[in-house]
Amino acid sequence: MAILTQEQAKAIIDKVLSYAKADETEVTISGGRTGNIRYARNTVNTSGETNELSLAITSVYGKKSGTTTINEFDDESLKRAVARAEEIAALAPENPEYMPVLGPQNYAESKTFAKATDSINPDYRAQLAVDSIQPCVENNLTAAGYLEDFTGFVATGNSKGLFGYNQSTSVDFTVTVRTADGTGSGYAGKDFNDASLLKAGPVTNIAVQKAKASVNAQAIEPGKYTVILEPMAANDLLRLLTSAMDARNADEGRSFLSKKGGGTKLGEKLFDERVNIYSDPNHPDIPSAPWSGEGLPLEKTTWVENGVVKNMFYSRYWAQKQGVQPVPRPRGVIFEGGDQSLADMIRNTERGVLVTRFWYIRAVDPQTLLYTGLTRDGTFYIENGQIKFPVKNFRFNESPIIMLNNIEAMGKPERTGGNMVPPMKIRDFTFTSLSDAV
Amino acid sequence: MKRRDFLHYSGLGLGAMMVPGLVAFSKPVPAEHLLAPGMDAAAKKLLADVALNTTKSLGATYTDVRIGRYLQQYLFTREKNVQGITNAESFGVGIRVIANGTWGFSATSDVTPDGIKKCAETAVAIAKANSKLQKEPVELAPVKAYGEVSWKTPIQKNAMEVPVKDKIDLLLSVNNAALDNGAAFVNSALFMINEQKYFASTDGSYIDQDIHRIWPNFTVTAVNRQEGLFRSRQALSAPMGMGYEYLDGLASEKFMNPAGFNSYRNSYDMVEDAVTAAKHAKEKLTAKSVQPGKYDLMLDPEHLGLTIHESVGHPLELDRVLGYEANYAGTSFATLDKWETKNFKYGSDLVNIVADKVQPNSLGNVGWDDEGVQTKEWDLIKNGVLVNYQAIRDQAKIINESESHGCCFADNWSSVQFQRMPNVSLKPGEAKMSPNDMIKDIEKGIYILGRGSYSIDQQRYNFQFGGQLFYEIKNGEIAGMLEDVAYQSNTQEFWNSCSALCDKDDYRLFGSFFDGKGQPSQVSAVSHGSPTTRFDGVNVINTGRTI
Repeated sequence: MAILTQEQAKAIIDKVLSYAKADETEVTISGGRTGNIRYARNTVNTSGETNELSLAITSVYGKKSGTTTINEFDDESLKRAVARAEEIAALAPENPEYMPVLGPQNYAESKTFAKATDSINPDYRAQLAVDSIQPCVENNLTAAGYLEDFTGFVATGNSKGLFGYNQSTSVDFTVTVRTADGTGSGYAGKDFNDASLLKAGPVTNIAVQKAKASVNAQAIEPGKYTVILEPMAANDLLRLLTSAMDARNADEGRSFLSKKGGGTKLGEKLFDERVNIYSDPNHPDIPSAPWSGEGLPLEKTTWVENGVVKNMFYSRYWAQKQGVQPVPRPRGVIFEGGDQSLADMIRNTERGVLVTRFWYIRAVDPQTLLYTGLTRDGTFYIENGQIKFPVKNFRFNESPIIMLNNIEAMGKPERTGGNMVPPMKIRDFTFTSLSDAV
Repeated sequence: MKRRDFLHYSGLGLGAMMVPGLVAFSKPVPAEHLLAPGMDAAAKKLLADVALNTTKSLGATYTDVRIGRYLQQYLFTREKNVQGITNAESFGVGIRVIANGTWGFSATSDVTPDGIKKCAETAVAIAKANSKLQKEPVELAPVKAYGEVSWKTPIQKNAMEVPVKDKIDLLLSVNNAALDNGAAFVNSALFMINEQKYFASTDGSYIDQDIHRIWPNFTVTAVNRQEGLFRSRQALSAPMGMGYEYLDGLASEKFMNPAGFNSYRNSYDMVEDAVTAAKHAKEKLTAKSVQPGKYDLMLDPEHLGLTIHESVGHPLELDRVLGYEANYAGTSFATLDKWETKNFKYGSDLVNIVADKVQPNSLGNVGWDDEGVQTKEWDLIKNGVLVNYQAIRDQAKIINESESHGCCFADNWSSVQFQRMPNVSLKPGEAKMSPNDMIKDIEKGIYILGRGSYSIDQQRYNFQFGGQLFYEIKNGEIAGMLEDVAYQSNTQEFWNSCSALCDKDDYRLFGSFFDGKGQPSQVSAVSHGSPTTRFDGVNVINTGRTI
């Protein structure tokens, strides 16, 4: 019952809309199953499964809106829920920024659902934990990992005739492997829509290799280094850039995209000309649902082209106010890279630091998008094209804007954290202190 | 995509689903519903007994039942507009058992005898299934049978009883105050929580608790469009375990700090702080950029609380120390071998840090924790030496304790309880000292107030913290505002550089309202008390950049 078909969902939405008396009514049904398994110290700690099915009704009078949700779908319950949403709306304060609901939209077919993920059961999760723990036990290492899987749907409709339905699945697996004496630590993770692409053993083996290789890290002086960021590390910083491209903040003068003297940096070249960033809901490796949080159809959109800012997110309200078309926020972005493998990039590096991932990243200055954080779970010194030895973790203070002006090379993008990101070689990356953490 | 993200995207502008910090399974309700009485204790006892009897008959050796009603009211405004009002309720039951020496947990929103019976059966089945992978059977530290008891946050004014209109009026007057004093933008919010939690266990306790928390907050932004600059200042309020009386703004709870504006103790004047914040945000636009180097830091409690949280609170969580959080939050430098030496100098002799769940007005204050252990205070660091950790019933024996510390918590009925940080606080100095006394002895220093950027490594050695406000101290006096300040240090070095503490009259609470831990992640609220404190020779960096 947690997953309704398009026909079942539409029938319920139409019924709710037939009970509505408000100026505008919006109905969303979402449901699904979320499962997880968590292990540490080579044993499973928790595992569970949650099924949810919920119907939300938003009623609107003028610019006043009220929302209620229920999980009972009999006629009487639906009628009561509609009445309650209308009651809440009538008492709500006006929202001057309220935008009327959209009329019918053309949503493309999505590729977000995979049968293999939908079929996950407790046995699958337990086996995944065994597959991950086993190689660690054999190597006298300690594994701690987490899998979260989701299968579900969302259906939405409104009193102006809009209707959309989408089914999606996802798996997200991460594992940390530590040596028994705590002097080495490695990490690896993968996320997919399709669980058949996830192989816990090989992912864990990457973490195993990193844990073993990172034992007895040496301290090297903090300072500016050429770094090779694995895709996970690159994404840790680049996602902060793409999520900050909001037009309203830029127009209001409180964004890195705000211009001295007023206006925005839209159309300006802010990055190296090799930087190209776009989003595409139909990208085969990071397919996404066909509509945005505001119900706008998601389309292929270029954000940065040859280093030039081509688009910013415009909410429907802000777009109307500025007299432009709304530009919905994407769900995943693609950073174009090159053809080099990570191994090629290491081979072509005279001196540098290889970074597996970053941790505890926090904004320091929103004006310059300066962030701080630390390397974690596999940081290595490269000399003359070879990994020479593990190094102690560094704290960095760096801005992705500065980073994207210091590109030496980029490799082949891969999926990480819902984005497509290449490994990147960056010069003059700023490490400001050393950490003893392993 | 994570479940939370899915919910975020699933609605077309659905208010409640997009609000951060709502507990699981929250349903929007009309505001007056937040005052409707929930199920009474007698009815809850009957339901709890259904679970206790069911699991016993299935062979469980221990069971606890938590029937929880979680009420939340969140209000958000921006300049002249109300952005959102969320009234939400989450009601259900979580059942945790030990069977075959292994934990099992299940939860349901079907709070009926049948629903609870099924849920109890599932919990036992999960425990038995997981026992195949168990290496060591769970062993619980003993706990007293308390019988039927109750506890309530000692509030004066239930925030849920205050009409929504009055709260909105307050927030809009805060916004107006900021705008009238030169702010370009202001966002303000009020978070109010009431947890009605009923706990029962096979150890013979039936505990009914009514817990209240409140957090007023705002961010004021000033912009210089000509120069393309913007700066913000956040509220210097603390989230508190109090009722609406926290917003009374009592004159008796204000005092003038050395930077020349009011700080607040257990009563907050939100409008006054917004006026000050607007002036501060404008001043920040032209403040001097810091010269990097070593400075003596004078840290206000509304700043130091977060430093305590990150560098003492988290590293002394026993589950972290043991490796249970290795894949997410990390482990800890404060390993058991260091503690076993009984002379590991975490800080200077002045540093006395206690953990508690009993401090009045604090976010952690409850009568009993979420596994039925009566709360208390205990030492973590005594005269600078590491003496203890934070442990719950199944961890107590690892550190040779005969009882749990009483710091087990779940953020919702649907979440399994685990070890969470209690209040962790730095004791004030014995000798009389005010912030104005402290500053006189500092030749080259920086006075830091408010919560800023904070980052610390996964074993809690290396940290970098910013703040809201920075004032240069020269020869015992404030010499103007600074910008681009962050300090970097190592936890042990930092606490060993502690050289002076103000006295109890300066002691204040800082709070973290949505502290995250675990996978799937759970939030908790925790306070940190401290006086204004001095640290010598700390490394300060300049965070200014040109793009």
